Amino acid sequence: MCQNCGCSAVGTVAHSHHHHGDGNFAHSHDDHDQQEHHHHHGNYSKSPSQQTVTIEPDRQSIAIGQGILSKNDRLAERNRGYFQAKGLLVMNFLSSPGAGKTALIEKMVGDRQKDHPTAVIVGDLATDNDAQRLRSAGAIAIQVTTGNICHLEAEMVAKAAQKLDLDNIDQLIIENVGNLVCPTTYDLGEDLRVVLFSVTEGEDKPLKYPATFKSAQVILVTKQDIAAAVDFDAELAWQNLRQVAPQAQIFAVSARTGKGLQSWYEYLDQWQLQHYSPLVDPALA
Amino acid sequence: MHEVSLMEQTLAIAIAQAEDHGASQIHRLTLRVGQQSGVVADALRFAFEVVRQNTMAAEARLEIEEIPVTCRCQHCHENFQPEDWIYRCPHCDQISQTVMDGKQLELASLELS
Repeated sequence: MCQNCGCSAVGTVAHSHHHHGDGNFAHSHDDHDQQEHHHHHGNYSKSPSQQTVTIEPDRQSIAIGQGILSKNDRLAERNRGYFQAKGLLVMNFLSSPGAGKTALIEKMVGDRQKDHPTAVIVGDLATDNDAQRLRSAGAIAIQVTTGNICHLEAEMVAKAAQKLDLDNIDQLIIENVGNLVCPTTYDLGEDLRVVLFSVTEGEDKPLKYPATFKSAQVILVTKQDIAAAVDFDAELAWQNLRQVAPQAQIFAVSARTGKGLQSWYEYLDQWQLQHYSPLVDPALA
Repeated sequence: MHEVSLMEQTLAIAIAQAEDHGASQIHRLTLRVGQQSGVVADALRFAFEVVRQNTMAAEARLEIEEIPVTCRCQHCHENFQPEDWIYRCPHCDQISQTVMDGKQLELASLELS
């Protein structure tokens, strides 16, 4: 259960009871095409297969091997393909509440909107304040209010994206629910997972939330303008980041002063050039 | 984490499978949970106590097989199991970026009747 946001929706499991008086499992279903669903359960008392183990006379053990998030993962792959066909760079912004996601996106939109028209999908438990802020900055913004769900899922992004005119943008930013734990396991179909942590959160944040930092392609260390005021030890933070998240590109930025943003923008420009060069069909790249 | 909603999804998959097999009761669910799945096994166990009520898994046992992280070192090409979240190769001291195993979150098997 989520300790951060209290997401604990209970009682929504769709189920129904299916009673079989005869206890006979002798049936087959040939519609399974996936390896994960490949098992045999005929008359197990005569010919037990390798994957069916009889525990007690009336019980059978069945290998399943299905990912619990497989539905989300499939929808995320569908999103990714769709976004790629539209020629978009899609970013999923993750951080604790208050690390400065909205402020940074506002600044990015203001700086880049002319060359890189941007849409934003904003996830929050409640209110559309962030979407309003982003619209004021010139972005096309859609708010997804998740109620008591502590993260965005691929299906929510797919639905929100249907309301956007994706043909007239080249960047889509998904601002996830402020939470450094739950969103980590949910692929949304993004190209870049961008994890933010602000200098006020302490140099050891990457050590405390390693799974999230390990899942990032990019890490932005935000609020650099107040680093000195909060005695932020940049060297220690970098050492922690390099050890926990050696795969990630790291940028130190400030949305307020603009410090470090040029390098971040150049990285994004480079990414778009590599993936969507006019001369290269993205499907062949 | 969001273990309650994950456990609900797990149970939904389990119940669909059980119905596919013409079963009326689930006696055991076995999960495979990687150390880098971002999910806490104890929280799953706690969540299971809540979500199993009034389902065909009401009497079921939950078994969780925790899978350690296995990394591959890019420098010496050895596989190793890191001791903590810093994936430092014990052979050459370099930090690995390649996780071979330990990210899974899956329903491994069911016992039905």
